Amino acid sequence: MTDAMATRTLFLPKLGYRSVSGLFLLVATVALALSDLAVGALNPWAEMRRLIGGLIRPDLLSIEVMSVVWTVAFAVLGVAIGASVGFMLALVFARLRAVRLLCAFLRSVHELFWALLLIQVAGLSPTTGILAVAIPYSGIFAKVFAEMIEEADLSAERVLPAGTSTISRFAYARIPELAPQFWTYTLYRLECGMRSTLVLGFIGLPTIGFHLDSFFKQGHYREAAALLIAFYVLIGTRRLWARPATVPFLIVVSLLVLPEAIGGGSPLANLLRFVTHDIVPAPLRGADLLAFATWANAGAWLWPIITRQAVPGVIQTLVLSQVALVAMGLIALVLFPFICRRFAGRFGQPLGRIALVVARSTPEYMLVYVLIQLLGPSMLPAIIALSLHNGAIVGYLMGRHADVLDYRADAPRGLNLYCYETVPRLYGQFLAYALYRWEIILRESAIFGILGVTTLGYYIDAAISEFKLDVAVLLILVTALLSMAVDAFSRGLRRRLRIDTMPTRLSEAPSEARAGGLIGEGRVPCRA
Amino acid sequence: MPALVELRKASAGYAGRAVLHDIDLTINAGERVAVMGRSGAGKSTLLNLIHARLADRVALIPQAAALVKTLSVFHNVYMGRLDRYPTWYNLRTLVWPTRRDVAEIEGTLELVGLADKLFEQAGTLSGGQQQRASVARALYNDRSIVIGDEPVSALDRLQGADILGKLCARNHTVIVAMHDISLALAHADRVVVMDEGRIVLDAPARSVAAADLVPYYGG
Repeated sequence: MTDAMATRTLFLPKLGYRSVSGLFLLVATVALALSDLAVGALNPWAEMRRLIGGLIRPDLLSIEVMSVVWTVAFAVLGVAIGASVGFMLALVFARLRAVRLLCAFLRSVHELFWALLLIQVAGLSPTTGILAVAIPYSGIFAKVFAEMIEEADLSAERVLPAGTSTISRFAYARIPELAPQFWTYTLYRLECGMRSTLVLGFIGLPTIGFHLDSFFKQGHYREAAALLIAFYVLIGTRRLWARPATVPFLIVVSLLVLPEAIGGGSPLANLLRFVTHDIVPAPLRGADLLAFATWANAGAWLWPIITRQAVPGVIQTLVLSQVALVAMGLIALVLFPFICRRFAGRFGQPLGRIALVVARSTPEYMLVYVLIQLLGPSMLPAIIALSLHNGAIVGYLMGRHADVLDYRADAPRGLNLYCYETVPRLYGQFLAYALYRWEIILRESAIFGILGVTTLGYYIDAAISEFKLDVAVLLILVTALLSMAVDAFSRGLRRRLRIDTMPTRLSEAPSEARAGGLIGEGRVPCRA
Repeated sequence: MPALVELRKASAGYAGRAVLHDIDLTINAGERVAVMGRSGAGKSTLLNLIHARLADRVALIPQAAALVKTLSVFHNVYMGRLDRYPTWYNLRTLVWPTRRDVAEIEGTLELVGLADKLFEQAGTLSGGQQQRASVARALYNDRSIVIGDEPVSALDRLQGADILGKLCARNHTVIVAMHDISLALAHADRVVVMDEGRIVLDAPARSVAAADLVPYYGG
């Protein structure tokens, strides 16, 4: 051991799987004590019964077909633009730090926040719906494509005769190697894109979420259930209708069916006003930037925003995300045996898998929305929704890893196997997934403020409804910084734990073909 | 005879660990050299060293077939001449190859017995077929020197002999690493044996008997 390491151990406990897990548990316990978990509703069970009653008797005739079509159309165009821009950015991603920073920023701001800002410029229009997906997705695509380029098998490129032009080199040795991965990932992102555009309906765009919002508010659960079923069918059949060959067709049809914009005036004039007036901090608008008084005013403007909105919002966002992160981990550890052949058996495994796929296909935002209707506004709905959705994803991945583990012939069974073999051997991989999803959970935590939990989104939504766009943009920047900080911290932690090279994308999950079981395709998660 | 490569007291290694020591080796144009020795003796490293000196005059057959698995066999073989056509022509060939190129590559693939796989995806070929496609790419490349790292290891002896014969017929200078002693003695005119990163035997093939080489394989 070197001196430096010896001194470090004096101050900090050695970072290992155990101490890191312990620390997260401790933080989550403290956060839990600080969080508001009250059930505010008077009679949640009666409402729950009505909801379940509606869900089992869906009114399929009530489906607003155009809302389903627009949900798909916005997602198709948003993902198409995001993937194209992301591809170009990916080519220079490794070389230009500025591009990496830009992408980190683009993806650290949630689709809903982009939409709330875009509405100010383009109104409730298709442009808003498409760009709200395209902008953050470009950042995500750039990063994931760049990672794929970096990891690609380049053995064929080394054999190319010296003097081959760069373009020929790229077209023959790189693109064919990467294109299938790019396609798989892009088409999977379409699934995430549809979840995003559904949720955009909750803030007024004409997608499924718009009708869900009013159905839930009025207690029309049979109609809501029908829309949800339509959505699950879309997600479940995606492989049938979204293929490389059908993409041009999907894009053309999406363009043809786009709805007309509602209100808003000229987007160009709006953009100009937005950039030069709306988002400029109020005390600086038209003021003399060289005068001391201007900056004194700006300080007086900024201080209460920081102390009364940003700081409490950041604290609540962190409280929610830390509790949800640990709850996600526990749920994943409990759930994964249910999709594992050794634990669930040949018949239990497919059922477990269907349950997990449904759990993660449900948009978290909508889940929180429904739970708030049932339980009343507190952190509890957000914790449940976040931990269930993400726990289902991590549980699914862990199950796949558990299925390809090589156990010795006389390995124990049941709980003994789970505690002595499966979990210890997969724990590093589990931490890699959990730490990777930390930043995703944080972004979502901030967003749930729109629904009334007092995280950062709460203050952002309030600022927008008061037309204080300068405040909203400032708070969105705070959210982006927080999310980038958590991302960087998580990355550092994964490096320290030496789990930074383990797979974190669903596409890298071990396939069952290798384990000798059913042949399953790798599934790719949302948010890379 | 003109020397193609001259290595004097050369050494090489990876990440600070020397794999080759004190290599003295001169290879002349027109020679057919078999580099032999057990796995880990330094054969691949020696071939890389030679390849680095001759890069743009060499058709390479790497140890792993190194095909682009999502492209057809035709395109993989065509890649051997990417440097000789303009970029626009290469891009056009990706989508719509000319009849002339197809015929020529079909001819090359006939030499290795793969003509019937012309437009099949390289990834669907068996290990031996991929290796033959890799050889075809080198044949189509048509340089005067070919360097092969165990180019026939996945083939049976009869096929291997056939392929080595074609390589020797088409290329002026042949440098191949191989395992099979009798194949090597039948096709090479010079044998270089390596052990633990050193050249331990360098002799004309006709002066070497199979039994002389057996000790170097730990047999």
